[in-house]
Amino acid sequence: MKNMFKSILAALAVTLVTLSTMAAETVKVGVLHSLSGTMAISETSLKDILLFTFDEINKSGGVLGKMIEPVVVDPASNWPLFAEKARQLLDKDKVSVVFGCWTSVSRKSVLPVFEQLNGLLFYPVQYEGEELSKNIFYTAESVNQQAVPAVDYMLGEGKKKFYLLGSDYVYPRTTNKILKQYLKSKGIPDEDIEEIYTPFGHTDYQTIVAAIKKFAAGGKATVISTLNGDTNVPFFKEFANAGLTSENCPVVSFSISEDEFRGLPAKELAGHLGCWTYFMSLKTAENAKFVGDFNTWLKEPKVTGVDYKVSGIDTKGRVTCSPMNLSRMGVYLWKQAVEKAGSFDVDKVRVALIGQKFKGPAGEVTMQDNHHLINNVFIGETLPTGQFKIVKALGPVAGEPFSSKFLTAGK
Amino acid sequence: MAACRVVRLTRTKLGRLIMGLSLSKRELLLVCLVSFVGLVLLPCLNAFVPPDSFFHVSNFSITLCGKYLCYAVLALGVNILWGYTGLLSLGQCLFFSLGGYALGMYLMLKIGNLGQYKADIPDFMVFLEFPKRFPETGGLPPHWIPFKNFWFATIAVLVVPALSALVFGFLAFRSRIKGVYFSILSQALTYAAMLLFFRNDFTFGGNNGLTDFKFILGYDVNSNTTKRTLYIASGVLLLGVYLLCRWLTQTKFGLIQRAIRDSENRVLFSGYATVHFKLFVFVLSSMICALGGALFVPQVGIINPSEMAPDKSLEAVVWCAVGGRASLVGPIIGAISVNALKSYATRAFAEQWLYILGGMFVFVVLFMPKGIVGLPAQFAEWRGKQQRHKASVSAPTPPADEKVNDTAIISSK
Repeated sequence: MKNMFKSILAALAVTLVTLSTMAAETVKVGVLHSLSGTMAISETSLKDILLFTFDEINKSGGVLGKMIEPVVVDPASNWPLFAEKARQLLDKDKVSVVFGCWTSVSRKSVLPVFEQLNGLLFYPVQYEGEELSKNIFYTAESVNQQAVPAVDYMLGEGKKKFYLLGSDYVYPRTTNKILKQYLKSKGIPDEDIEEIYTPFGHTDYQTIVAAIKKFAAGGKATVISTLNGDTNVPFFKEFANAGLTSENCPVVSFSISEDEFRGLPAKELAGHLGCWTYFMSLKTAENAKFVGDFNTWLKEPKVTGVDYKVSGIDTKGRVTCSPMNLSRMGVYLWKQAVEKAGSFDVDKVRVALIGQKFKGPAGEVTMQDNHHLINNVFIGETLPTGQFKIVKALGPVAGEPFSSKFLTAGK
Repeated sequence: MAACRVVRLTRTKLGRLIMGLSLSKRELLLVCLVSFVGLVLLPCLNAFVPPDSFFHVSNFSITLCGKYLCYAVLALGVNILWGYTGLLSLGQCLFFSLGGYALGMYLMLKIGNLGQYKADIPDFMVFLEFPKRFPETGGLPPHWIPFKNFWFATIAVLVVPALSALVFGFLAFRSRIKGVYFSILSQALTYAAMLLFFRNDFTFGGNNGLTDFKFILGYDVNSNTTKRTLYIASGVLLLGVYLLCRWLTQTKFGLIQRAIRDSENRVLFSGYATVHFKLFVFVLSSMICALGGALFVPQVGIINPSEMAPDKSLEAVVWCAVGGRASLVGPIIGAISVNALKSYATRAFAEQWLYILGGMFVFVVLFMPKGIVGLPAQFAEWRGKQQRHKASVSAPTPPADEKVNDTAIISSK
């Protein structure tokens, strides 16, 4: 009798211990997005969507039975600080994976850290490619998933002259260099392609718009814009003032999504085009659920199952956009890979990630062995509300970071 | 080790020079102690103590401290200008970055063909089609070629910022540009340089700058041994700059420096060419900042134009203010403590850290005009006031008729 009592006690103790350890079992995941400084306006939305996704996953049981515990840091739009915070996440906090970065320079800054410490980074924002690290998975649109299809579409619309206008960053430079080669391969002569860069923070677009007006006089011209953020406002104002419209000279922008319209006057851009792998206005069941759930979550933001206090979330006029969708899909792809590998080990997860499929709000995506996605591309027309009307679905395109590969493949 | 060396040196010529610093015994002891802990103890704890031990100093901490030390050097550079000569430059990060770029160019060329394109020239030169622009050198712009040599890069680290400072300083000081106008001008200078470096045609990597370094002097730049060595080098640099500034401020030169700060016109009327003095300090400061920048770059692994943004230079001024300007220890304490707090708060309070730091700055400006190092003096002053107040309360009030007399005299006037 005494023995039985003892064994019951022991069993109770064991169950209690396992219960308590089960409740406490979490997996740490890093969030590396600027919450202050110049990039905060864009990157904070990605931090929000990541927390939302962690909550979504935790509600449905976590990853391998473990709750996701976010470790949010603020690299403050400061590139050396990005490297420091990445090292902190990997070395100190021992996170299993990091979701983060917006600008290419921040990714370039953390890349050596991830390679040295063998970390895992998911990068969700359209970029210029020309990079491939075994420690980074690029859910982002590569140039052949955004710029090239957009130009193809414009060619199909009968456009014959292309004015490539960008801010003097690496992304516009590389994109335009690729587009130039591509257009030439499609038989557009040199004199019908113009390539102009304006410096960082440029506001005076009078001369450039005058040049565009002259260039567009025949009516078969289009502007391919890779202008960054704020510089779009003076450009589009000047553009409209000069009597140019989306009818006589449409502008395709690659850097403006729904989320940017929270800070930009959409009316100035109405009628012009955008090209992304996701639009908030997509009519799929997955998208309706995604947008709906995100809005519900915003009312009471929390991360289920872990002791993490969500604060400082802006709830006014929230939208979803392509970088947000790609950010979220990155988390799900990682989750599936971890479950396939049965482990959080970076080397095992990396192998398991290749070939992972996920049915997202914009259709199914597949992770290829070049660490880029096969993803569906859409052309959208800007509405005065800051939303896009989808004018064409271009179907799935396999992302390829190196232009030398897809340019030769296309020929 | 540094401590023994200082003691041994006292018997040599150089030793006499160091004694010429007239370090008080307490200060000497303190400097030796801090140097020993920083330069010997911490690296040893990092290298020889097993990682699971309580006393182990992690690689992460060593890299972080190395970065702080470089910032401390920058702060000393700002301070010798602002605290000791009264020239508030809001553009010292320009020189910090120039030093960083000079060494960064060397590091960039040492990547060899391990970049993304497996080409012999740095990646950004490949996609900007430099081989077409500079066909005779295989794509490398001519001014990049000498940077293949470490010694050339080291000289450039000192000479390029010094020359820029000389030209800018000469023009500014000769035109008697002083006070806020000098501050505004220095800020404009660094902003202009930032815009220039942002341009891809300027051949310095544009917005992305220089990054993804692999080797320094044949060693893997990311290995823990190299990181530790770089940390020690930063510590030695900081110690050297500290002793240099310490010596300089004790000389007659230092006296004139401070006289310029307090009343430049009087110095001018006494027959001193203040322009030359200011120019010398400005150039010296730029070189100190550049050295800090040169060691900063291999440790953080990136240099790009945003380091030249005016707010970075402003931050350096804030470190000096927090630590206590017009003292040599103040800026070092300020730079290290503010950055350590920043490192901590961006992780622990990712959403609110700006409010914490901002609030602290406001507090320092309002209540601690002499910064952290001024706290003991401030406290002593407060104690003194309290005691005097107590003494005056307990002392008998002066006779009433005296007061009457005073007012009588005043009114009669």
